Amino acid sequence: MPNMNMVESVNSALDTMLSNDEDVIIFGEDVGYFGGVFRTSDGLQEKFGKHRVFDSPLSEGGIAATAFGMGINGLRPVVEIQFADYIFPAYDQIVNEMAKVRHRSGGEFWCPVTIRTPAGGGIRGGHHHSQSPEAQFTHTPGLKVVYCSTPYNAKGLLISAIEDNDPVIFFEPKRCYRGPFYGDPHNVPTWGGHPEAEVPESHYSIPLGQARLALEGNDCTVIAWGAMVHVCEQAIKDSGISCDLIDLQTLVPWDKEAIEESISKTGRCVIVHEAPKTSGFGAEMVASIQERCFWSLESPIERVTGWDTPFPHTTEWDYMPGPDRIAAAIAKTQEN
Amino acid sequence: MAGDSSDIPLHIPDAPHRPGDESEFTDWPWKPEDLGMLEMDCSAEESSEHATGLVRVLGDDNSASGKWNPNLSPEDLKMGLEYMLRLRIFDDRMMKMQRTGKLSFYMRSFGEEAVAIAQTMALETQDWLFPTYRQPGAQFVRGRDMVSMICHCIGNEEDNVKGRQMPVHYTYKEGRFISVSSPVGTQFSQAVGVALASRYKDLDEVTITWIGDGASAEGDYHYALNFAAIFKAPVILNVVNNQWAISTHSNFASGLQNFAIRGIPYGIPSIRVDGNDFLALFSVTRWARERASMGLGPTHIEVLTYRAGAHSSSDDPSRYRPHDENEYWPGGDPIDRLKDHLISIGEWTEKDHDELSEKLDSEVMGAYKEAVKFGDLANGPYPSSDAIFTEVYETPPWHLMEQWEEMKKWRDE
Ligand SMILES: Cc1ncc(C[n+]2csc(CCOP(=O)(O)OP(=O)(O)O)c2C)c(N)n1
Ligand SMILES: [Mg+2]
Repeated sequence: MPNMNMVESVNSALDTMLSNDEDVIIFGEDVGYFGGVFRTSDGLQEKFGKHRVFDSPLSEGGIAATAFGMGINGLRPVVEIQFADYIFPAYDQIVNEMAKVRHRSGGEFWCPVTIRTPAGGGIRGGHHHSQSPEAQFTHTPGLKVVYCSTPYNAKGLLISAIEDNDPVIFFEPKRCYRGPFYGDPHNVPTWGGHPEAEVPESHYSIPLGQARLALEGNDCTVIAWGAMVHVCEQAIKDSGISCDLIDLQTLVPWDKEAIEESISKTGRCVIVHEAPKTSGFGAEMVASIQERCFWSLESPIERVTGWDTPFPHTTEWDYMPGPDRIAAAIAKTQEN
Repeated sequence: MAGDSSDIPLHIPDAPHRPGDESEFTDWPWKPEDLGMLEMDCSAEESSEHATGLVRVLGDDNSASGKWNPNLSPEDLKMGLEYMLRLRIFDDRMMKMQRTGKLSFYMRSFGEEAVAIAQTMALETQDWLFPTYRQPGAQFVRGRDMVSMICHCIGNEEDNVKGRQMPVHYTYKEGRFISVSSPVGTQFSQAVGVALASRYKDLDEVTITWIGDGASAEGDYHYALNFAAIFKAPVILNVVNNQWAISTHSNFASGLQNFAIRGIPYGIPSIRVDGNDFLALFSVTRWARERASMGLGPTHIEVLTYRAGAHSSSDDPSRYRPHDENEYWPGGDPIDRLKDHLISIGEWTEKDHDELSEKLDSEVMGAYKEAVKFGDLANGPYPSSDAIFTEVYETPPWHLMEQWEEMKKWRDE
């Protein structure tokens, strides 16, 4: 099986879907001739033609609206928002239009659009190239929200997202495009040799709504998504505590069986995300877990998140949750 | 390649030249004598020739002529030349610093130096500048010290925005240069608000703003034109058409191949100007300022130029356009053109130019050396990470105070 980094596996998913379904059409800023600023659509215009993979005007609102129109008229657009920070000009089209059209039209119209967007920090991108705005979308009924973390799940989840008949926001942790990220900025591994970098060339899918058990243990359930999955892996190693590490993969709808099963085993839980704490998706997880698993819990649920501030530039390592903070939270859940 | 325009069902534009093609620009028919002055109180429609033509002052031989000649003194011209040359040398030095790991990121104004410099020189010091990352040169005109600009780009302890923003996202309130924000286009409609506030306060302040050809596809561009026209805002709205938005040609930003005339149906007098012609830029901006100051409302300007360099230090344009395309751009180089003009009127020599270059080179180098005394990228000192928590609100609420304490615990451990 070929070894792919996440740029290549996203590219492979797009390639697979362009081949399998002629209603799939890809566009966004710089995605056509150039193949995307992160190179995720490299070579696809040449292979499939300018009408299948093309550049758009620099207009996120226009991209989303056009994708909406194509989607309700039988195409299956996959659009790229160059950075998740730049999704907000498209917010109205996504939240008020895409997310609601199936419902508001009595089921007569629906919008099978996938919006891919690189998200998250760790690339010295400052406020506007680092945010992780998943919670702005999980709060919108009608949208599915996916956050991949490895080359293997990126391809499998992206294929499911494209095949899904509902609009899907698909976050790609840009810090992990070329290698996993263990929370140490000076350690820059590649995906080479990582088991999650073994990616089939052919079609496969990972169902939306299914979490991945990244590590198996007994004493604590650590829940994360995106780049934080790898940081948690490091933290669990450092803590020496036996943990389930659940890579949520799909935030809406999230995998209640996987979470319930794990918490009923461990009785303890830490939730980690790099987005700010207040109204972050971690808050939703905490609330749901206490509703569903209260009698299994043996200690308060911990959250480790970005601060409630804009994402900094030079001092981003004092912002992003690191293995030390996460390991301490895991240890805290063991206290009583 | 699959999908040549002949056999595909959708119309997808393309750039005129791609790597491997011969670059040619043929349509450059404009001459300084083509266009007369416009009445200050002209209607939008009356500006249509100026929107479809091109205001030039420097002719093909770089002599100055035509009705738009601002007849600047040689001192002013030399000042403009010095600012532009300083910006180019500054940019080159910063790019070298970026290449050797001394800056994390950089963006040059290469080929577009005249834009912000001539336009800012045409304004009054009380006027507000609302730039993108491609107009840092305006700060020179407003007297900003290079050391402080470099400290920002390094993100060291003396960075006035406290390490919060990427390099080139300058803020310089003293020079009325409003903070650069990464999301492109947002400033354009905000500038209308700045201008209306000045009017409300009955102050003789004009606001100038810029947007790229690419970003003019954002809604903010259209909001700006509409609001400015309706409320007669004292604002100068410039679309800097440098023909590229990263790898995307301006063919994807407007179906017209003319950005200027888009202002006319909004009811705004609109002019296209040669963006590499210092004198024409000065003159058109001065005219727009006078209109604004007289209460006649906004002016919409297309600044026609060419992005001669890479989009940023992360970009390699030879992957999407001929590597030497800028040499074929008929608009030439703004610095060479003003220099040749000054030489032709007997006010400048090659020797003067070389001496100025040397002087500026050592000033820039000196500023860099001074700046790194306050911290370099590799070793700091950087602004304290306490700056993550300050100025999020006027006063940090309790939850930020708690998180701030927690951050310090981890940081100082
Ligand atoms: C809202 C938003 N979308 C996307 C980007 C990413 N981006 C940064 S610059 C740029 C191209 C801008 O081109 P143009 O407006 O022509 O300005 P130029 O760089 O040519 O001066 C893009 C797409 C951004 N910064 N903001
Ligand atoms: Mg441009």
